Amino acid sequence: MRRIGVFICWCGTNIANTVNIEGVTEAAGKMPSVIYADNYKYMCSEIGQSMIKEAIIKEKLDRVVVAACSPRMHELTFFKTAAAAGLNPYLVEIANIREHCSWVHKDKQEATGKAIALIRTAVAKAARNKELWATQIPVECRALVIGGGIGGIQAALDIADAGFEVDLVERTPSIGGRMAQLDKTFPTLDCSACILTPKMVEVASHHNITLYTFSEVEKVDGFVGNFEATIRKKARSIDLEKCTGCGICWEKCPSRVKSEFDEALVMRKAVYVPFPQAVPNVPVIDRASCRRFTREKCGICRKACPAGAVNYDQEDEVLQKKYGAIVVATGFDILDLDDFGEFSYGKHPDVLTSLEFERLVNSSGPTGGRLLRPSDQSPPKNVVFIQCVGSRDKSRGKPYCSKICCMYSAKHAILLREKYPEAQAYVFYIDIRTAGKDFEEFHRRAVEEYGALYLKGSVGKVFPDGDKLLVKGVDSLSGHAVEIEADMVVLAAAIKAKSDAPQLARLLGISTDTHSFFTEAHPKLRPVEAHTAGIFLAGACQGPKDIPETVSQASGAAAKAIILLSKDNLLSNPCVSEVNESLCTGCLSCIKVCPYGAVAEKTIEEKIHGKALKRRVAEVNEALCQGCGSCTVSCRPGAVNLKGFTNEQIMAEVDAICL
Amino acid sequence: MRFSYYPGCTLKTTAAVLENSALKAARALGIELLEQEEWQCCGAVFPLTVDEIAPFLSSVRSLAAAKDTGEKLVTLCAACHHVLKRANHVMKTDKDVCNKANNYLQLPDQYRGGTEVIHYLELLRDELGFSALAQKVKKPLTGQKIAAFYGCLLLRPPAVMQFDNAENPSIMEDFLRTLGATAVDYPYRTECCGVYLSVQNEEIVAGMVEKIINSALRHGAEAIVDACPLCHYNLLELQQKTTHGKLTLPVYYFTELLEEALGLEDRAEEKMAI
Amino acid sequence: MKITTQSLCGTMVKEIAAISGENVAKCYQCGKCTAACPVNMAMDILPHQVLRFLQLGLVEAVLNCNTIWICASCFTCAGRCPRGVDLPGVMEALRAILLRKRGFSRFKAGDMPRVLNKGMPEQGIVSGFRKYTK
Repeated sequence: MRRIGVFICWCGTNIANTVNIEGVTEAAGKMPSVIYADNYKYMCSEIGQSMIKEAIIKEKLDRVVVAACSPRMHELTFFKTAAAAGLNPYLVEIANIREHCSWVHKDKQEATGKAIALIRTAVAKAARNKELWATQIPVECRALVIGGGIGGIQAALDIADAGFEVDLVERTPSIGGRMAQLDKTFPTLDCSACILTPKMVEVASHHNITLYTFSEVEKVDGFVGNFEATIRKKARSIDLEKCTGCGICWEKCPSRVKSEFDEALVMRKAVYVPFPQAVPNVPVIDRASCRRFTREKCGICRKACPAGAVNYDQEDEVLQKKYGAIVVATGFDILDLDDFGEFSYGKHPDVLTSLEFERLVNSSGPTGGRLLRPSDQSPPKNVVFIQCVGSRDKSRGKPYCSKICCMYSAKHAILLREKYPEAQAYVFYIDIRTAGKDFEEFHRRAVEEYGALYLKGSVGKVFPDGDKLLVKGVDSLSGHAVEIEADMVVLAAAIKAKSDAPQLARLLGISTDTHSFFTEAHPKLRPVEAHTAGIFLAGACQGPKDIPETVSQASGAAAKAIILLSKDNLLSNPCVSEVNESLCTGCLSCIKVCPYGAVAEKTIEEKIHGKALKRRVAEVNEALCQGCGSCTVSCRPGAVNLKGFTNEQIMAEVDAICL
Repeated sequence: MRFSYYPGCTLKTTAAVLENSALKAARALGIELLEQEEWQCCGAVFPLTVDEIAPFLSSVRSLAAAKDTGEKLVTLCAACHHVLKRANHVMKTDKDVCNKANNYLQLPDQYRGGTEVIHYLELLRDELGFSALAQKVKKPLTGQKIAAFYGCLLLRPPAVMQFDNAENPSIMEDFLRTLGATAVDYPYRTECCGVYLSVQNEEIVAGMVEKIINSALRHGAEAIVDACPLCHYNLLELQQKTTHGKLTLPVYYFTELLEEALGLEDRAEEKMAI
Repeated sequence: MKITTQSLCGTMVKEIAAISGENVAKCYQCGKCTAACPVNMAMDILPHQVLRFLQLGLVEAVLNCNTIWICASCFTCAGRCPRGVDLPGVMEALRAILLRKRGFSRFKAGDMPRVLNKGMPEQGIVSGFRKYTK
């Protein structure tokens, strides 16, 4: 006969408002093997935990059921409580009567009935729980950082400074990311390159950091503390060691393609470094546009290179390395504006995205920092900035706020006036959001000192007319439709997740939200961790963010990674599969379904009727098993069982909920 | 190629030229358009009130009749196209309204939005194909600079009409280029002409038309084409109101140009010379 | 101007929602509708203000404005609204409330000859009847 104690939490009013706590407590007290049932306002509080501890000791409880919130939230809390009272934590069962019950129901009577059923189920399972013990697994003391923008750079530097090896993998030829494209940064207007370049150089020279640019992560296996990643170093066609970065190759190269870094405003060569401060300052040959590769002609760069660094025969290199932790910092893209034809973007060269404007005011940009209209290279006098193009737009864009546009548009209005004191900025906005340190003050400066005219309202259409752009909008505060003759229109296009974010999420085994941003483990309390242990998130890949926030999150992710890497061992989850060899028929279907490669075959010797017979059976590697349970359902004779979730336990739950 | 065809009231009267030219061209292109028997007026405007079904029942009858023949339903007048397409969308997506309409009409078979409504332009683009049309052009409109005017009814609301990119359409320009003409791009081609406001507020419409015409002229247009009898009336009649009777930009139905390019009709020389 | 809970959820507000099938609370007053409207110059209350008045429960003011009769149902606003508000439907509901009253009509049979003489196509005349009478 078990001695089970049931503890019911009110969760303040979260559960108590929808579930009759007293009724549930009374019903629980009458369940088989339950000898103690009690409730408390906050079971997770110190007082609530003491209640459980005291009852375990006083009532000699050998199983505990806590009816409260999701086990995601507090299973570990109650495991620790039980352990402190000398009870093996795996003898504790959680009945989720909040997320699965009170939060999703309105009718108190029905919710109470459901809560009782959920507790009955947990009691039935708890009665069959066995003591389990975690084992130790070693940690690979190296981190992988995916993405070489400011988020990835910061995370890599922090982890490396803590004394751990870091591999930083960047898909494009240089690290730097979006921040490298920017001119100045709000709210202080310091030059983006001036504060970013030193960090890029530090990454390249740090003894603990190995930089893989023009490389991609292709596969990730394993689990927290023991990931194994496959990294493809794409053929650069230039020898990294021999190249001096002299630039003769791209001077001589005859092929021209649109520059990704300059937002297609100018052309680059087929052999190129994306921007002058690139790290590494070694070009790559873009084989898709190089004549040598497309038409098997040319070879000028090889002839011209004084260092003999050009190598057309270079092949992709594939590396396999082990890591204890992974930081994902893959950044963002901006929304494609095809559905927003009323702004004439793509039809008129002087209608630009904010990122294009950023390149046009950048001293290393296509105009050398002189802000000129792409149509006729003349300085603009009237510039209209339009906010929320695709942001907060559930019809054609994204329903969320892109968060950075209010601030960078204020910055652009200031930069315009700094370049041309006579020029006038007009900013159409829906709401101004300046919730950051010194942000509101910065915005007010744009209005009061730099004379930007803010109009609360939207733009209906931009009518290209001669060399002007007629902007028809509304100033809703005065209640007038307005027309502005502009020389340039700048659209604050929404931020969106990278289009291949879902693929990366699948590869890493982490989740994404409906907009393909990576989801954090908890929106408030675990904002830098992914749902999968050992994987951390930094920057705009998790949601729109500015630079200070990205850097903070990156340092947070780095700290989490460092905590993990500084452990010699991790406690493994004891809820792993085991094979009952006497039942196993050796069909090995479990090997086929195991996503972790944790099941293998082995041969055992048995004595049957005095004869020694050899037989094939399955064997589980407990270090690799993640406890997903796929093998148990594939096993026809029922020889595989998941500890803590045995077939017997699950069936008892089903019986309890159905009866 | 055989299709059901819904003409609508205006095409039998004031806009007979639109229908005549379209049917003549269709015959020349080997497209059979079977006029529906006993078709009823579509109502000219789509009823936007959701608490009554009576205003669009006549559209449902035509849609159901087309379904019985199993053919796509071709429309020509932009207003009829708009109303039929939207009524069909409601029948397809709003179960409640669909049930009410079926109960009321007592059709032999329940109608649940199964007919596909296509506009004559879509017929040329998607069923015949512009490249096949190009083969049939006998008198290409080479050198003619023509502005397409889309108006509202074919394009909006975009989610239901699904005619083309609503803010940056190209079907009419592609059509004009197929006929050998030069399509003039101008920013007012998808603006509203003022529609039925000309019944009561002619001066408002005249102002709107003036902007459209002037924009097309500034971008070098020698003529403007449309697909809607009411746009046609506004662009033609109210244009002259602001110019004191002078027609600065000739207005044609798109089918008139088609007829000419196929060598079926000569537009009078003086017509172009205005 | 006094705002009360009664005026915010009065019967007229509910009637407009029932006829249009639209929830005016979806509007966040960006003004896109007004900016896009090709006839805003002739309106006494701008399109975004119509929605704001309705959010405030000021139905009478909206029923008495000329805006609802100037709106051409061109759907430019609806196609561009970031919140997916069917403003043409709301305008139609406002017109319907008036047109459904006995004796209310903005277009009478006597007006017909004037329009017909101009060569107005049937499409326009029927539209006029549908939009201005019941």
